[in-house]
Order: sequence, then C-alpha cells, then structure tokens
Amino acid sequence: MNRVGQILLALLPLALLAGVIYFFLVQGPGPIGTAPVPIEQLDFERVVFRPDEVLVYVRNSGPNAVTIAHVIINGALWSFSMQPTETIPRLGRATVALSYPWVEGEPVTIELLTPNGFKFAHTVDIAVATPPFNWEALGAFALLGTYVGVIPVFLGFFWFPFLRRTGRHWMGFLLSLTAGLLLFLGVDALKEAFELAARVPEIFKGVGVIASALVLSFLALSVLGQKIVGSKLDPARARLSLSYLIAMGIGLHNLGEGLAIGAAYALGEIALGAFLVIGFTIHNTTEGFGIIAPLAKENIRVLRHLFALGLIAGAPTILGAWIGGFTYSDLFSMLFLAIGAGAIFQVVYEIFKLIAKDSQRTGKVVFGSLPNFAGLALGLLIMYITGLFVAG
Amino acid sequence: MNPRLSRRELLRLFSIGAAGLTGAAVLARAPSEPGGQETAPPERPHDMPLGISAGRQHPTAMDPLTFLTHFDYGRMSQLADGRTLREYELMALDQEIEIVRGMKFPAWTFNGTVPGPTLRATEGDLVRVYFRNEASHTHSIHFHGVHPAHMDGVFEQIPPGGEYIYEFIAEPFGLFLYHCHTMPVTKHIMKGLYGALIIDPKKPREPAHEMIMIMNGFDPDFDEENEFYTVNGIANYYFEHPIKVKAGELVRVYLINMTEFDLINSFHLHANVFKLYRTGTRLDQYEITDTVMLCQGERCILEFRYKYPGKYIFHAHQNEFSERGWLGTFEVVP
Repeated sequence: MNRVGQILLALLPLALLAGVIYFFLVQGPGPIGTAPVPIEQLDFERVVFRPDEVLVYVRNSGPNAVTIAHVIINGALWSFSMQPTETIPRLGRATVALSYPWVEGEPVTIELLTPNGFKFAHTVDIAVATPPFNWEALGAFALLGTYVGVIPVFLGFFWFPFLRRTGRHWMGFLLSLTAGLLLFLGVDALKEAFELAARVPEIFKGVGVIASALVLSFLALSVLGQKIVGSKLDPARARLSLSYLIAMGIGLHNLGEGLAIGAAYALGEIALGAFLVIGFTIHNTTEGFGIIAPLAKENIRVLRHLFALGLIAGAPTILGAWIGGFTYSDLFSMLFLAIGAGAIFQVVYEIFKLIAKDSQRTGKVVFGSLPNFAGLALGLLIMYITGLFVAG
Repeated sequence: MNPRLSRRELLRLFSIGAAGLTGAAVLARAPSEPGGQETAPPERPHDMPLGISAGRQHPTAMDPLTFLTHFDYGRMSQLADGRTLREYELMALDQEIEIVRGMKFPAWTFNGTVPGPTLRATEGDLVRVYFRNEASHTHSIHFHGVHPAHMDGVFEQIPPGGEYIYEFIAEPFGLFLYHCHTMPVTKHIMKGLYGALIIDPKKPREPAHEMIMIMNGFDPDFDEENEFYTVNGIANYYFEHPIKVKAGELVRVYLINMTEFDLINSFHLHANVFKLYRTGTRLDQYEITDTVMLCQGERCILEFRYKYPGKYIFHAHQNEFSERGWLGTFEVVP
C-alpha cells in the first residue's frame, strides 16, 4: 500500500497537469487568441549537389505541420519532388529534390514557399558536387582527418627528446605552457560550438546543450581522474594517466572539429585549400606537445604509450570527418565540441593541480612564479599565432 | 455594419440587388453634368442599385481564360440628351485568392478578383460607377483619364461600409485603368485593388479577337519583393492553358502593367511582330516591334496576326519574371 500510495502521490501533479491541458484544449484559447496566420518554421540541414540535381534536407522546427507549395532556385520557380510527403509534420524531416542544372563553383539560393506565404531561404556560397558514399570518398575524408588531426599530434611528440634533456626546474614552465595551449583550445572549441548553436534549430536549444555538455564532461572526467590520478599510484603512473586524459580531451575536441570540417567540406562551405590544411596542421601540432609534456621527466618507458596516445587524440578527427561528411548534423558537431571543451578544461585543472603538487615539493608558489606565468602566456600566444594560419 | 462578407452573404446580396434593379429609382435622376455625391447608407445595407453586372465573377472563382476576353460594358441606358449612360458596380472585398497552384494570398479586391473587372465604354459615354466598400480598410477608386477633381478618388476616401458614386464622361479614347488610391498606395495595389478601363473610339477599331492582359506581381511573404509574376492573376496559367487563336485572324491585346516593387515589366511575343499603339490614344500612330517595356501603370494596345499554326510563347523579357510565372502560350490553329 505504502509503495502504491507513494507512486500515486508522485503521479498526482501529472494527473492535474493532464486535466489542465484537457481543459485548455476543450475550452480553446479564449481571450488569449491565436495567431492570424499559422506560425511556420523550417530549417535547412543539408544541401546535396549531384549532377543536374539538388537535394535539400529540411526540418520542420515550428509548432505546426508545414507544407511546401513552391520552390524557387536562383530566382526561378522550379518543379520539385518531396520525400516522404510535401507536408512535413512537427519536428519531421523531408527531402526536396530539384532537377536543376546547377553550376559548379557558383552560389545557389533555394527558397521554399508555403501556402500561407512564408518563405524560407538558404544560400550555398559555393556549389560543389557532394562526394558520394564510396571508398574513394572515405579515403579522401580519412586523409583529410589524418592531415588535420593525426599527423600534427605525432609531429608534436617529436619534442619528446628535447623535453627529456630539459632540466627538471623547467617542468613548471612546460606544464604551464601546456595549460596555456589547452586553455586556448578549450575556449576556441566553445566558440565554434556557439557558432554552430546559432545554426541549430532553436527548438534544440543549442546554448543549453553546450552548457550541459560542458559541465557534464568536466565532471565526468573529474570522476574518472579521481579514480586514476587521485588514487595511490606512483607519481610516474599518475602523470601517464594525466597524459591519457589530455589525449582523451583532445580526442573528443578533435571529433567535434572533424565533424565540423568534414561537413563544411561536404557542403562546399570551405574551400579546403592547401593553405588551410597546413594551417590546421601547424595549429594542432601543439596538441602533441601538450600530451607528452607531463611525461618528460618521468622515468617510464614512454615509447609504447606514444602510439596509443597519438591515436586517442588524433584518430577521432578521421571518424568525425566521416560522420560529418556523410551525415551532416550541426547539432552533433556542436555537442562534441562542447564535450571536448569540458574535457579540456578539466585537463587544464588537473595540470594546475600537478603544478601545485610540484610546487609544494619544491616549496615554490604556483601562480606567483614567473616561469609558470611565462609558460602559460607563451602557450596562449603560440595558439593565437598558429591560429592565424587557420583562416577558413 | 458588417465589414466582411461571407461567400453566402455575398450571393444573397447579389440576388437582392438584381431583384431591386427594375425599380431602381436612384437611376432615374441622370444628371446632365457629371457629379458624384456621397450617399447616405441605404436602408438595406447590402443593397446595391445594380445587380450582377456583365463582368461580375463569382468572388472566389478567378478563371483567367474567361477573364481574358470578358469586358464589362455596364448597364446601358439612354440619357435625355441622347448620350449613353453606362452604370457599373465595384465593391471592395477582402478575399483570399489563389495566385499560383497551392499558394493563397490574402488579397484586397474589386468584386472578388485580382485584377478587378475590365470596364469598357465608348468615348463620350457617361460612366457611372457605384462603389461600395465592403472591406475592412478604407479604400477609393482612382480612374485614369479626364474627370473633375472630386471624381479622382484621392481626397474622397471611403471608409468600410461607405459608398461613393463616381461619374465622368469617358474621354479620351484609349486604354486606361483604375486602382485604389488610399495611402499607402503601394500596399493597396500590391494587395490587388486595380483593373482595366477601356474607352473605345466612337468609330470602332477593326473587329478582332480581343483580350485584356494585366501584368502584375505577388508578394505573398510581404517582404516588398515579388515572388510571383502573372498575367491576369495566376502564375503560369496561360502557359498551362494555352490561348487559342486562329491563323490569320487579327488579335488585339489590351496590355497594362500593374506590377508593384519592380519598376518595369515587359511583353515579348515569339515568332511574330505586333503593331504597338502606346496608351491606345491614337489610331494612326504605331510602331512595329516584338517587345515592349512598360513602367508601373503604363498601358498599350498590341495588334498582330499569326501566319503559321503552332504553339508560340509570350512572356516578360525580364527572364527572372518569366521564370516566376509570367509566361503564356498562344496556340495558333489553322
């Protein structure tokens, strides 16, 4: 009885809520009134260009079903077909297919008109043929991910011999440098996530998703870090774990970045010229440095871990490029960038803790120390300057 | 007074008007000089002095093929001085119309259609137009042509439920138009309050297959840019329903540009040339061409014959207009 009673008590407000909704539906809006024309909202998710064909993926993110009555492409009223139907239910998706002789490299503007006179427009600045799903395209995206994500991380590892020969008293500086690099990377990821949030349909509440993902990933990694780093491992193992955490945070960030780059490439929104790829490569080389810096002065056999660390940090870029390139979703790119940012901020926090521990050991202050400050500043500066190469 | 009419009410109104036609005492006094007056609201609020006039369409059923060749000559009677009196009825109505398959437009109309009925008189006739505003906004009728100041439809604004009688002598001959002249005029025209006024010369033009073509645009999302362009109100209609003409017969097109937002519109005839009579005010002066450009509110009369049977398109030579609905076909039959 008690348990049943408890459940009934929990359901009581829900039952009352259902009653209120029923009352409102039966009574009608009354003096509150309704809009003179139905409110309609459509979002463009993706535009696919095939030879003499344009496919437009749209989502109805408004409160009512939306019907497409006419399509205007580059100013011309054009015949079209729709899958599954010309009426899109609330939150439903549909594909508008136009048999249209689009011109490679020129802009394409698509306007969708509803019977109630609403017009939804979307412009693709540079129309390029969308890569079909085949081995060649998979390979191209893998190569893109490798250049942008994997190679830079491994390049950064080649600072390891240099770090080995650097005196222990430089450790605080180097760790602060790493923290600076990661701090910038985290903020950058957040910025990208917010940019995507502006494009995500309002109903999916992009900013709320970013805040939630950021906090949850920070806390989740804290729990994980507590289990590993905080346990009674010897300092060398603890630092190795920190490196893995850094690699994971960067990996999550790179997954989001890969999604965004793959999608932008597939949508023809960025001309991935040699310069941009080189820019990303330079920028992301700092990631490799960040991963190995905590290990520099530890007496462990690092070499066998380097391969794993590099893959954890870099390979998600390839995965992201595949997902982004073939099934584009702003929402997922945004989500992974936010998760990556949370993970990166957590890692920065762990690095500060490590510096603090070192400082206690050597009896120095953490933030007041000039080398630590200089390291952090240099890290931020390096990211800023290498970021200039990524002028997408 | 009910500012809006349901379809049923409107039909009822027309039948009452037709019944009251025979005893329309108001028609008895025919002033020798044109002069309009604002009338007191009649006892039966929906009663109009005339019933359904020749060009009256069912409010929702715009059929561009019928509209094309339908001219409202008005209710004719003889004045004491021998002149012909022509009486017409125009009613401002809020009416949702279809401007292209599947697209609705909340229009303001004369007699329920966009464009409104084509009024036709002969030079020298006394034209009397009973106007009644059954719409939800203030409107007026401004006729092009020669008439006294208070017949110009600018300073005399007719509120919802109000009436006005416009009266003037039809002069000079040519192709004119009428439209609402209530501020903001752009809004009142883009919503659809306009139509043609043809004044024939006393000595009629050569008999021909005559048609009215009013070029316009529609802006269903109200961003002050047209999404659709049409002739006679429905995009691509004459492309999907070709206009049949006979080879060799004289075709006369009364062409009017009522496009808002775009400065000009044009007409281009395929595989042929036409005689172009600007504004139709002279019979002896014309130009021979295949394309004519008209500013907003400008008119002309075109005459041509097709030599060879077959299908020929005509369209705005602004191709962006023709690709948004301003496209039609003549089907020339032997």
